[in-house]
Parts: sequence; structure tokens; C-alpha cells
Amino acid sequence: MSVGLVLVAHSAMLADGTAELARQMAPDVELRCAAGDLDGGLGTSLPRVQDALSAALAAVDGVVVLADLGSAVLTVESALELDPELPPRVRLVSAPFVEGAVAAAVTAQQGAGLDAVAEAAESAVLSIGPEPVLQLVQAPGSGTADSPAVVGTRASGEAIPVPDPTSSGDADQVSVTVEVRNPLGLHARPAAVVARSVADLGVPVTINGADATSVLQLMSLGTSAGDVVTIAARGPDAEAAAAVVAGLVQGGFGEL
Amino acid sequence: MTVLDVAWAERWMHAAAADVRDARDELTELDRRIGDGDHGVNMDRGLSAVVERLDDPAQAPRETVGQVLRLAATTMMSTVGGAAGPLYGTALLRASKVTDRADLPSSGVVALVEAALEGIVARGRATVGEKTMVDAWQPAAEAAEQAEDAEDGIDVLRAAAAAAASGAEATIPLVATKGRASYLAERSAGTQDPGARSTAIILAAAVAAAEGRGA
Repeated sequence: MSVGLVLVAHSAMLADGTAELARQMAPDVELRCAAGDLDGGLGTSLPRVQDALSAALAAVDGVVVLADLGSAVLTVESALELDPELPPRVRLVSAPFVEGAVAAAVTAQQGAGLDAVAEAAESAVLSIGPEPVLQLVQAPGSGTADSPAVVGTRASGEAIPVPDPTSSGDADQVSVTVEVRNPLGLHARPAAVVARSVADLGVPVTINGADATSVLQLMSLGTSAGDVVTIAARGPDAEAAAAVVAGLVQGGFGEL
Repeated sequence: MTVLDVAWAERWMHAAAADVRDARDELTELDRRIGDGDHGVNMDRGLSAVVERLDDPAQAPRETVGQVLRLAATTMMSTVGGAAGPLYGTALLRASKVTDRADLPSSGVVALVEAALEGIVARGRATVGEKTMVDAWQPAAEAAEQAEDAEDGIDVLRAAAAAAASGAEATIPLVATKGRASYLAERSAGTQDPGARSTAIILAAAVAAAEGRGA
């Protein structure tokens, strides 16, 4: 099942800019904007939404819709109420517009189904705000509560702990430590490169405990040049997968 | 005995379009104070489009009240914009589903107003007291239900329209908790909700049409 996105916004600049950001990380995803009112002013328009939905559904099996403000949500809901063929194939999500679009696009790029893409958008809200970020920092296997192992600190001064070394005794588990070299670390584009590669490999990989197929979790690590990160992989191809990711990180993502 | 038939429904839309146009600046001023200032212009544009399509000889003639309301619903959804387009569009769409007959008895008018209220609530997720058009539609539906035994459907319409007008007036002191006016919090008090006001105007137009206006 292929899944596309429709971005419904009051401003064409807002929708186009968000689409640009999402396309950078998910270049092959069917992504359409329905923005502005019929006269080109700020607002949303039912015909534009209907056109974007039918164009997207001509290319893909399902569509996840993100809307920017309340009345954009109402416009999408009206489109769904008017055409009974839409609801089974269209999912309007309650998600932060930009983060949700990026998360959904990257997940769709990896070939996920409608439910998974919708969930990626809706859980994107977890990447906003300090609590979830701290949860990632204190991911399972991160030293002891009394003296957490630390491999680096993020800009805010929080410690980045090392995954628990005892858990790497598993024969199938490989972990390697590499230094981040590009100045901005695992920001959006590099995070997307890593996430796509790991998804293609089909091997469970974490970077400092963050799921390496999740762009948002990788971005939430807040890494920058000079940080040392631990790449852990499991399974028969763990060694190769860890080496691939290590190579990507050490290569600096073409930003050196 | 007043006949509330297809011709009435079409006169209703004509009267509503004319009255909203007369009130355009008032609605815009209310919305400028507590919203984004486009309610008058948007409603004028939408209802004008409804009238244009009703008057278009290329459109198939309507045989039921519901067909008139459905045409109005889809037109308003497409042309009003903002939150009001989907809200009024859904109200009229739901109303059209319970009025698929050539003319309405008193109970049919009650069903129309109740279905419209349900549409507004389903789409806007607002309840009474949040300074929205629900504050006009809810009392209108209650008044219509109480008047259901009236022999003449126009009495149901009159009860609904009067209750909507009172309900709209009663939004003046309220603090908005839904929609864009809610961003203003306490500063939204003192201004009548534009959506409640336009609701009162549109239901009053239904009475006027029943009395023969809008022909």
C-alpha cells in the first residue's frame, strides 16, 4: 500500500515550505498542498482540498491529511462528509503541522501503510517539548541512576549517556562508537539519510538508544560535531548494519 | 395554513442572501473585533453564490426541500471559506437529509432545525455557552421542539427564529472558548458572536420567506 500526504493550510507559503522540508527527506512520496482560499488569499477552500485529495488518490492507495488551523480541519471534514468514498482511504490526523508532515513523509517513504503513517504524524508531537527529549536521553540501558555513564553533552548541557555495556554481551548485538563530524550533527537531512538506510537494511539499529529509523528520535538526540555516539545493532546482519551507519556518521553527510 | 415547500426554501435562500448582504458590514465589524474580520464578506459571497445557482436555468429544478438545502450546503462549503463554510454547509447538508419531501409539516421544520444543530455540533465540537453559533442554534432547536404541535409550520419557524435571536444577543457577555475568538479570552466578552448573529439573520429570513418575502 502506498501512502501520500495532503497538506491543508491557510497560507500557500506555509504549505509549500512544509512540503519542501518534507520532500527533502522523502523525495518519492506523493505530496500535495491545498492552501489559500479560492481567490488566493489566506484561508482554506473545499474545492482545493477536494482537488488535492483526488489527485493524490489517483497516484496512491491512501492519504494522510494534515491541517494547520481549526477551520482547515473543518474544511477537510466537510470533504470527507460529502464524498463517502473518501473516508476509507483518507486519514485526517491530529498532529503538529510541520513536525507531523515530516514524520509522516519519512514514514511513507519507507513504505509504511496508512495506519503507520498516520501514527507517525500523530506521535510527532512527542518530539516537541523537553520531557520526551529527556526520556530519550534516559533511554533504557543508560548506566545506573546514581552515576550515569556519559559520552557527551548536548547544547543545553544535558548529559548523553552510554547504552548499558552489559546488554551488548549478546552474541547478535554489535555496538560501535563513532564521533559526529558534521557541524550540525544529526539534523533533519542526515537523520533522514540514516533513517532511510536503516529502514532499507531491515536491521534494528539504535543511536544512543534512539530508534535509527525515526528521524524525529534521531533529531531529538541534539547531536553536534564532536559528540561521540554509540551505534547498536542486533540480529544476524548487525555488524554490517552498524558499520554502514557508522560510515554514514563518520562521512559527515557531505557537510564537511 | 402556510405551505413550506420547495418555493419557500428557495425564497428562504434569496431572503437570507439579501439580509446577510444588508448586515455584511455589521457581521464583519463583529468578526473584526473577535475573529479575523471576514465573516460578513464570506457569508455574503456564499449566499450570493447559492442564489446564483438557484437562479441558473442550467441547474436541474429542485423537487424537494432537501434538494434546495443540499445545493445550498455544497455551495456554501465551496465558497464561504473560514470555519463558517464547513459549519453552515454541514448544518444544511444534515438538514437536507431529513427534508427530502415536497413540503414540510410542523414536525419537518423541527427535524430541519434539529439536524442543522447536530451538524454544527458535530463539525464544530462546541457546546452551549462557548460563544459560537451553537448558542443560537441550540435554543432555536429547543424552541422548535416545544412548538412542534403547532398546526402551522410557520409558528415553529417563528419560535426557532425568536430563540435564535435571543440566543445570539446572549452571547455578548460570554467569553469565547472555541474558535479563533478563544485566543482573545476575556477580551472577547462584550461583542456578539458573529456566527450566532448570522444564524439569527438566516432563521429570521426563513420566517420572512414563509410570509411570502424573497419571491
